[in-house]
Amino acid sequence: MTEVKANMAGSVWKIVVAEGETVSSGQDLLILESMKMEIPIPTDDDGTVKELKVSEGDFVNEGDVVAILE
Amino acid sequence: MFQKVLIANRGEIASRIIRTCQKMNIQTVAIYSEPDADKPFVREADESYPLGGSRVNESYLNVEKVLEIAEQANVDAIHPGYGLLSENGDFANSIEAKGVTFIGPSPDVMTKMGSKVAARKTMQEAGVPVIPGTESAVDTPEDAIQAAKEIGYPIMLKASAGGGGIGMQIVNNDEELQKAFESNSKRATMFFGDGTMFLEKKIVEPHHVEIQILADGNGNTIHLFERECSIQRRHQKVIEEAPSPFISEDTRKRMGDAAVKAAKTIGYKNAGTIEFLVDKDQHFYFLEMNTRLQVEHPITEEITGLDIVEEQLRIAAGEELRHKQENLMIQGHALEVRVYAEDPKTFYPAPGQITSLSLPEGNHVRHELAVDGSSFVSPFYDPMIAKCITSASNRNEAIQLMEEALKEYQVEGIKTNLPMLRDILALDAFKRGNTNTHFIETYYLKEEAK
Repeated sequence: MTEVKANMAGSVWKIVVAEGETVSSGQDLLILESMKMEIPIPTDDDGTVKELKVSEGDFVNEGDVVAILE
Repeated sequence: MFQKVLIANRGEIASRIIRTCQKMNIQTVAIYSEPDADKPFVREADESYPLGGSRVNESYLNVEKVLEIAEQANVDAIHPGYGLLSENGDFANSIEAKGVTFIGPSPDVMTKMGSKVAARKTMQEAGVPVIPGTESAVDTPEDAIQAAKEIGYPIMLKASAGGGGIGMQIVNNDEELQKAFESNSKRATMFFGDGTMFLEKKIVEPHHVEIQILADGNGNTIHLFERECSIQRRHQKVIEEAPSPFISEDTRKRMGDAAVKAAKTIGYKNAGTIEFLVDKDQHFYFLEMNTRLQVEHPITEEITGLDIVEEQLRIAAGEELRHKQENLMIQGHALEVRVYAEDPKTFYPAPGQITSLSLPEGNHVRHELAVDGSSFVSPFYDPMIAKCITSASNRNEAIQLMEEALKEYQVEGIKTNLPMLRDILALDAFKRGNTNTHFIETYYLKEEAK
């Protein structure tokens, strides 16, 4: 099981994967929006999206877990 | 003079404008988005009205809503601050159509200077030196590569309608140009609705030096000397100072004259700034004109004793300029640092909850604040949360004051660029005035890497 964490604080602009979806290393899971910058959050591992911990519009802090893969 | 002014902006600049209005006994109206409801500027205004929404396009850029509030509050003028609607000619036109004064230049001058291609052409015609580059907007990567043959690499690719660094990229060869053109043109279309690009020669080791001007529309145009704003990250300014430690007295005079001539040529009215790049041999080139109040205007106020917002209000109300060029002189030296809510090394944004704020005090330390000790810094807006300005009789003293101020400056709860500001102020290269636009990469990031 792998936790994917936000690398910056911001609001969740778009979630581009769904729970249960198979993802591969480097694939973007969601896009954060912060102060006029849009930062994609990719996974470093292959796996299946077990749980999305955030919804679009949520505010996340740096280091918060946004998704769990298995 | 106006009775009541609406400030179509947020944060520190809204507070700054309210302060001068209060001094002049002018009533103030603030407008605010949902995340800004608890910010200082909303409390400081005599009246405040919610715009609804969070993102700028659903709040501060909602022209219809702004006009509706202006009418409801019965204001006689709108101050647009900087950014947001400040350089939007259509907005200025629509408020003037309702009999409300726009505190700024005429809409057609704004529109002309807002297009980089048109601005460059106008300046060239006025005899102001411009950077070698494309004379008109370039639509395709193929045309760009053709133009690059004549200009020579390295080249700066820019979006015609861009600003704030969006759509700008340095390219070194045809292949890089092809790629950068496609991606930046796409972004420019998305952000500004205009994907046309232009190319210009990249000036090596340039200094960013800008001239503040004031014009009353009755033929009186003056300049308030220069600001050196070379220390930048992501093409945005971090530390500014006035006067420039780099330009000679002769260059200062020639740049001031060129700026006044340019402003007169376009029939400019109100406060404006002409930005130049100055190369290592003191050649200067027109970069762009900002037809509004500038973020870093306080350092000019510190060295001239003028209140630029007051001058703006007086000019917009139809008064003649009260100052003559020959009576103005540079008094001492001023520095400004911008406090950004961001990681000091990666420059990634760092919004969040401020838990405490402790500011340095002193007669020669000036603060412009967007937040207080319990503000939530929203992810929807610019990361600048405050500015700190020091002034003294000379540069060394102003630097020393700033170093002391930054030691005491504490923001808890979020990451800020304060550690970076402290490190830069301590560098010998900064103290020597070696502040070209590559300063952060050349000195600060290199020092960090060691």
